Amino acid sequence: MPGNKLAARAVTVSIETLFYLIAIAVSLLAGALVMAAAGVSPWEAYQLIWKGAAGSSGALKETLVKATPLLFAGLSYTFAYRCGLFNIGAEGQIYIGALMGTMSALLLPSMPIYIHLPLALFCGLLGGALWGGIAGALKVGRGASEIINTIMLNYVAIFLISYMVTGPMKEAGGSLPQSASLPDSAVLPQLLGSRLHYGFFLAILTAIIIYWVLERTTWGYQIRSAGYNKRAAEVMGMPVKRNMLLVMMVSGSLAGLGGYVEIAGVQHRLMQNFSPGFGYDGIAVALLGNTHPIGNVLSALLFGGMRSGANAMQRVTGASTSLVYVIQAIMIIVMVCNRYWLGGTKKRLREWLIRKLDKTTGTIEAGAAGSLEI
Amino acid sequence: MEAEMWVSYAAAAIRLSVPLMIAGLAILFMSRSGILNIGMEGMMLIGSLSGVLGAYYTGNVWGGVLTAMAVCGVVGLMFGFLVITTGADQVIIGTAMNLLGLGLTTVFGRSLLGMGTEAVQVDSIPVIRIPLLADIPWIGPALFEQNTLTYMALLLVPAVSLLLYRTQWGLQVRAVGENPLATDTLGVKVHRIRYMCCIIGGMLAGVAGSALSLGILNQFTENMVAGRGFIALSAVIFGRWTPTGTMMASLLFGGADALQLRFQNIAIPYQFMLMFPYVLTMAALAWFSGKAKQPAATGLSYKSAADRHA
Repeated sequence: MPGNKLAARAVTVSIETLFYLIAIAVSLLAGALVMAAAGVSPWEAYQLIWKGAAGSSGALKETLVKATPLLFAGLSYTFAYRCGLFNIGAEGQIYIGALMGTMSALLLPSMPIYIHLPLALFCGLLGGALWGGIAGALKVGRGASEIINTIMLNYVAIFLISYMVTGPMKEAGGSLPQSASLPDSAVLPQLLGSRLHYGFFLAILTAIIIYWVLERTTWGYQIRSAGYNKRAAEVMGMPVKRNMLLVMMVSGSLAGLGGYVEIAGVQHRLMQNFSPGFGYDGIAVALLGNTHPIGNVLSALLFGGMRSGANAMQRVTGASTSLVYVIQAIMIIVMVCNRYWLGGTKKRLREWLIRKLDKTTGTIEAGAAGSLEI
Repeated sequence: MEAEMWVSYAAAAIRLSVPLMIAGLAILFMSRSGILNIGMEGMMLIGSLSGVLGAYYTGNVWGGVLTAMAVCGVVGLMFGFLVITTGADQVIIGTAMNLLGLGLTTVFGRSLLGMGTEAVQVDSIPVIRIPLLADIPWIGPALFEQNTLTYMALLLVPAVSLLLYRTQWGLQVRAVGENPLATDTLGVKVHRIRYMCCIIGGMLAGVAGSALSLGILNQFTENMVAGRGFIALSAVIFGRWTPTGTMMASLLFGGADALQLRFQNIAIPYQFMLMFPYVLTMAALAWFSGKAKQPAATGLSYKSAADRHA
């Protein structure tokens, strides 16, 4: 009966949610211990973080601004991961996307915004696809590990951008390592009187599209099956190799798009080290979001909030924003332990709950519960 | 004058390659037992900071190195627990390790040692001039006027070679990295070997980190490893997963680093010199494919055959 399944599913989902919340609480607690050890009052620090992340409408908007590149990077990792590939290269793809987008913004003749902006965003996307595609091609063609190659490409990209903004693309007459500022026609408009730009909504839209591609299209089914079992997918006649290359390109393009969105929405010019490790943070975002596109939205908001809150905290207490890295790392480890160690506990808890429900309402059969694994 | 310049360049190249070499050997141990450690960057940072802290509180530079070894040994054990016993994905744990290392060392570096020009400084590892050998023209001053850790690193390479290729234990390590199931059926404790390699790798990461903060500098600065953990990984790959190869690759990459530091005004922009290790590693990976490959079981967690039915 559908009612039974629904109730059993509700039990499963609420248990998973409970454990997620516990994991987040444990990580925040561990963060508090680190703060206390570093001589900062955790209570005061978390209050400041909360205020800086959600204390006012301005703070909330800043959280959304900070969440935007994290969401793109998280989606990039998620997309490759769901297809059985590791893209550790979002950082580099963000830089190349930003580079290509900025080049098209600065070099193309002036044109109206409704042509120029989409074109520049598309160039950013292409840049990321190219950078991801290199690792994909080396994987497919030469069997070289995409893990190692994407890491290497990160550094190549960072040094390339450093060269570009100190050399060929340096602002004429300027002394800082940065490009000229973007023309208005290539800038993402901001909501009235705030730093929040339309890139955030683009990121949400991208998350929905990625969800749709992965879960609702034949191609999404193909690439996910190759992720589960490459050999089986090959035997079924799916073009596994071609798909691997495409997946790396799509994954890279998501990060590349995020790179140009960050430039066009926040920085308004290309500069050295404009990304404080968005690409790596994206991995944490993806893992906390259970490598699900919609889960990514939630975890990007959480990490974006922590980032904007940590800035506020740093201004007041002087404790480094790097604290966020510690909390992120602990969160990854706690999530991993949650997945690997607590499976049995969760299963017992679910069976117990379902038995309880069964007694009180008499609508759930034990069999229906057993068949519903997440 | 010209000759002097080259000698001092060679000395700098060797000095800069030492952290890479030691970190490379650390990655090599783990890698040969089938564990991919992309978290070396974070481990080295923890080593750098704990080295300075140890030297500061014990008042002795070797106290610092030992502290770094002990702390990073524990970090290695933790890494081992997560990837071996828990069976978590090695790439994910490596990433967490990098975030953890960067976060912890920045937070505690600031609170315990201060920052900027006011940061605590300690003594560096002393430079020892080896008599007679240092008098050899050209080679002498480049090779035999280095700090103690440099000599130790250069001696460590043949030692690791002997250990991996000439002992029973080394054979077991390599076998575990290639085919854990087959090794398991021969009665070798796969998990125990991997734990040992993780702890050794961690301890060496501590030495590598303090080779930066105590050997090349005399203080801790934020994110001072600056990608060297990943260059060390490149050195292992470019050196085809052998100790000698890792050493040669480290010297090459250290040489590139010294070149970019010394000759800022050469024709090639310095950024391209900095790219060199990464590009070369990618080329090598593409070139090697099908020939010398990484240990076959790299990145896969292993559940003992005995546990599978339990």
